[in-house]
Amino acid sequence: MKRSFLLLFLITLVGGLFIGRLFQLQVVRGANYNPVQNAAVKATYSYPDRGYIYDRNGVLLVANQLSYDVMVIPKDVQSLDTLEFCTLLRIDKASFKKRLLKAQKYARWLPSVFLKQLAKEDYAYLQEKLHKYKGFYIQKRSIRNYPNKSAANIVGYISEVNEYLAKKNSGYQQGELIGALGVEKQYETILRGVKGKKYLQRNNLNKVIGTYKNGKYDTLPVNGKDLTLTIDSELQAYGELLMTGKRGGIVAIEPASGEILALITAPSYDPNAMVGRKRSANSVRLFGDNDNKPMLDRGLQAEYAPGSPFKILNALIGLQEGVIDTNFSVFCHHGYRYGSRKNEFMGCHCEIVGKPIALKTAISKSCNSYFATTYRRIIDHGENASKGMDSWRAHANSFGFGNYLGYDLPAGKKGLIPGGKYYDSRYRYRWGPTTNISNAIGQGEVLTTPIQLANFTAAIANRGKFITPHILKKINQQVVTDSSYTAYKKTSIDSVHFTPIIAAMHEVFKTGTGRWSQVPGIEICGKTGTAENFTRIGGVKIQLPDHSILIAFAPKENPQIALAVFVENGGYGSMIAAPITSLLIEKYLQKTIQRKPLEARMISLSLQKEYNKLIQKKDSIESPTK
Amino acid sequence: MRAQRNNIFLNIDWLLVVLYFLLVGFGLVNIYATSTTVEHTYIFDFSAKYGKQIIWIALSFPLIIGILLFNSEFYERFSSILYLLSLVALAGLFLFGKKINGAASWYSFGATSIQPSEFAKAFTCLAVAKLLSDRKYNLNILKNQIKAGIIIFLPALLITLQPDPGSAIIYLSFFFVFYREGLNLNYLLLGAFAIVLFIATLYFGAQGVVLVCFSILTALTLYILYNNTHFLRFNWLKVVGIYAAVGLFILGTSFVYNTVFEQHHRDRFDILLGKKIDTKNIGYNSYQSELAISSGGFWGTGFLEGDRTQGKFVPEQYTDYIFSAVGEEWGFVGSTLVILLFMALLYRIIYLSETHTNKFGRIYGYGIASILFFHLIVNIGMVIGLLPTVGIPLPFFSYGGSSLWGFTVLLFIFIRLDAHKSYDW
Repeated sequence: MKRSFLLLFLITLVGGLFIGRLFQLQVVRGANYNPVQNAAVKATYSYPDRGYIYDRNGVLLVANQLSYDVMVIPKDVQSLDTLEFCTLLRIDKASFKKRLLKAQKYARWLPSVFLKQLAKEDYAYLQEKLHKYKGFYIQKRSIRNYPNKSAANIVGYISEVNEYLAKKNSGYQQGELIGALGVEKQYETILRGVKGKKYLQRNNLNKVIGTYKNGKYDTLPVNGKDLTLTIDSELQAYGELLMTGKRGGIVAIEPASGEILALITAPSYDPNAMVGRKRSANSVRLFGDNDNKPMLDRGLQAEYAPGSPFKILNALIGLQEGVIDTNFSVFCHHGYRYGSRKNEFMGCHCEIVGKPIALKTAISKSCNSYFATTYRRIIDHGENASKGMDSWRAHANSFGFGNYLGYDLPAGKKGLIPGGKYYDSRYRYRWGPTTNISNAIGQGEVLTTPIQLANFTAAIANRGKFITPHILKKINQQVVTDSSYTAYKKTSIDSVHFTPIIAAMHEVFKTGTGRWSQVPGIEICGKTGTAENFTRIGGVKIQLPDHSILIAFAPKENPQIALAVFVENGGYGSMIAAPITSLLIEKYLQKTIQRKPLEARMISLSLQKEYNKLIQKKDSIESPTK
Repeated sequence: MRAQRNNIFLNIDWLLVVLYFLLVGFGLVNIYATSTTVEHTYIFDFSAKYGKQIIWIALSFPLIIGILLFNSEFYERFSSILYLLSLVALAGLFLFGKKINGAASWYSFGATSIQPSEFAKAFTCLAVAKLLSDRKYNLNILKNQIKAGIIIFLPALLITLQPDPGSAIIYLSFFFVFYREGLNLNYLLLGAFAIVLFIATLYFGAQGVVLVCFSILTALTLYILYNNTHFLRFNWLKVVGIYAAVGLFILGTSFVYNTVFEQHHRDRFDILLGKKIDTKNIGYNSYQSELAISSGGFWGTGFLEGDRTQGKFVPEQYTDYIFSAVGEEWGFVGSTLVILLFMALLYRIIYLSETHTNKFGRIYGYGIASILFFHLIVNIGMVIGLLPTVGIPLPFFSYGGSSLWGFTVLLFIFIRLDAHKSYDW
């Protein structure tokens, strides 16, 4: 009897060991077990309709359309009339073979896309004869359609989720659609909706053997929501028309609400180019164009020296800091001398010699000497140059310069507003206001984007406050009440200081640099600008034709629109930017254009010659042997 | 008294019978779960696996009654003949055997086949009981040890040659019987020690294990020397012998593992020891089996609700891997219950054996407890990923007529012997 204890003991031991192991497997490991994420469960998805996008007046900008993909299951393909089939699909025989081989390589028994996004007419023909081609079938998909053909940079486009993105983002499967740019990207989750999930049970051979748990975990798709943008599509399209043959960016904002009325970049493209069978070729062409950069949203992403409109900021800072007042005046003798050396002289085109120039005239005639003096006083007002520079910078920052504005589009640049530190490290503490005197007139180190300038203009129109510019107005006809786009932000300038500035800006269009671009019946306030710009090619600094700039708002009382216009290499601000601005204002406020000849001239005006010269210059330097 | 004696149904151990039917019944439930498909949903569909199992179970009733009708004496008297018959059946396989899964372990009769090795276990057990129950028999005599060894070695050899080494391993379980009947414990300890050394060598490599063993041995020797005043009388030959034996065994293991073993044998060990991670090829079964069991959780997914069982993810799930179906569909609760049922069965058999006044019955009972225990260790150990893959069935549970009948014969001969234990025939 005693000897049987060994076996009894071992039975107990092994039994205990087994139960312990089961506990480890089933209770410890089994606790983290997700029922729908295992090899036995296959998830299938039903896709919701992506939301439409409308402009502020209800004009449809982005819609959906059906597209037809030809699918193939290689193992079902039987001998067929290749010639006829290729003709139907408008492909050649080599392409047919290549596509079939590719599908075979992927998997013989699984469907793969044979030909993407068939044209509607081709589909009709093919459908009739498809029964002859075993193994081929048509899969309908919903793709985007842009009835408006403009505002490509705003609405963006959608693209297929690639392997990398699908891995990174658990909500997407490879091949699904995702917003890749503009509003499509920014409001992806709202537009996309929620895809429906249906779980199927499958066996070890990957064959579906029924629904999973009678659909306990299944969900229905929820359609995407429609968006209404703040964009005025008419103004947008008109702006794009005016920018034909030019490069640059235009941003128009409604000052009272911060709504972006137009966001124009040139050159742009037809958004329909990013849809359909030509898509990949177009995409390569658009993204690969390094001369014109059509995919660059110049309204948001181009950093330019702001030029003369920056003088307004310096005037405001000067008034706020008390270093100038409205009666303060300077004398200008064709420029401003800030040092004894020959090159320490800033030229001026105001042509008022021998008479004192006060604020109003200084702005309307864009006198460099006046603002150099003002800037110097601002910087000198601080304890030292660095501190003075910092407080100057703080004022500029309060208008949104030098940082992302916080608008709801997924592209942008910070621009540059240098502070004391910037120059301290650059000049090792040996610098003064004259070192960077160019900042006084918006040259030098400062860089701004058009939307920053437009926002600045809106802040002037609002006399010292602004609402962060934004593009989204309504979701499913419900007005968006996000506080970051409804609450005013205060600038550091008191509102009293804006009165003389606005008066002066009004003078610009009455008697000053913008007087040729007056619009009868509309009181425009603005400021022209001409920014010198340089490029470095092979280490050599080359001066390029000036950028033509203008900021403006109108009407003077109760402003409805504030704009910033940049035309690259367009020369004086009064030459191109001012007429374009005035036309846009006229279009927006009066709906019709009276000045038809000007309109025609502006549309037909092309700067392509200038741009070609730039390209040639670049080429000749980059490849001197040619 | 006489009437009572003849009516064996009054004397059989009903608890064992109940345990038998619980295990067979629950086994059938799980075979149904693993083999039901969209096409086979009708319970009495005899073309499906579960339908066939129902036939086997039904046919086991006449078998049971037949076994119970024979006199206890019959089993003792004819044990040698039954043993020889099973040897002949096993040997005959080399001529008439049908190959299934690479092993000629089957006799084919039309649509069904019979696997004699499943029955050989019971008859070998009878033969062992017969040999060891001789009053003059003493297991500490080398000659007797060899005799007993030959009895278990012959069927094991024939089965290994089929080749079905998994089923042959079961014959090691008779060492428990030998121990119970007087074999020195050192044999078992030596075996256990050898297994530990074997695994350690595979896991850590020969060099390290040799080093550790020799250090321990040296320390032990020094300790004994320290306590031993008769230094010169110390048995140096023995010490050297132990060193040599340990060293040779470890190096031998390493040699066998690296040169005699085939790659797929090595892989089984490597995967089990965690030296290799493989979820696709040779490790697929174990991986899927563990996954299925894990996905059961505490309460299980419920009958016919196991994704992996219903998806047929575990290969051979209705036979060797049937326990993984229990694990998935009945969870920790169900699988623990099955283990407890088996433990109860084993305890009961051992308890009843020890109450036998008849040596033959006692040895036979102890023998079948050992056989069943070995099956449990190897099968469940494999399914829950504690032991390497060895294809033997789970007693009473796994699909298959031979297996079911083999274990039925095994158990019910004991029940028959047990029914008359109080009478000396």
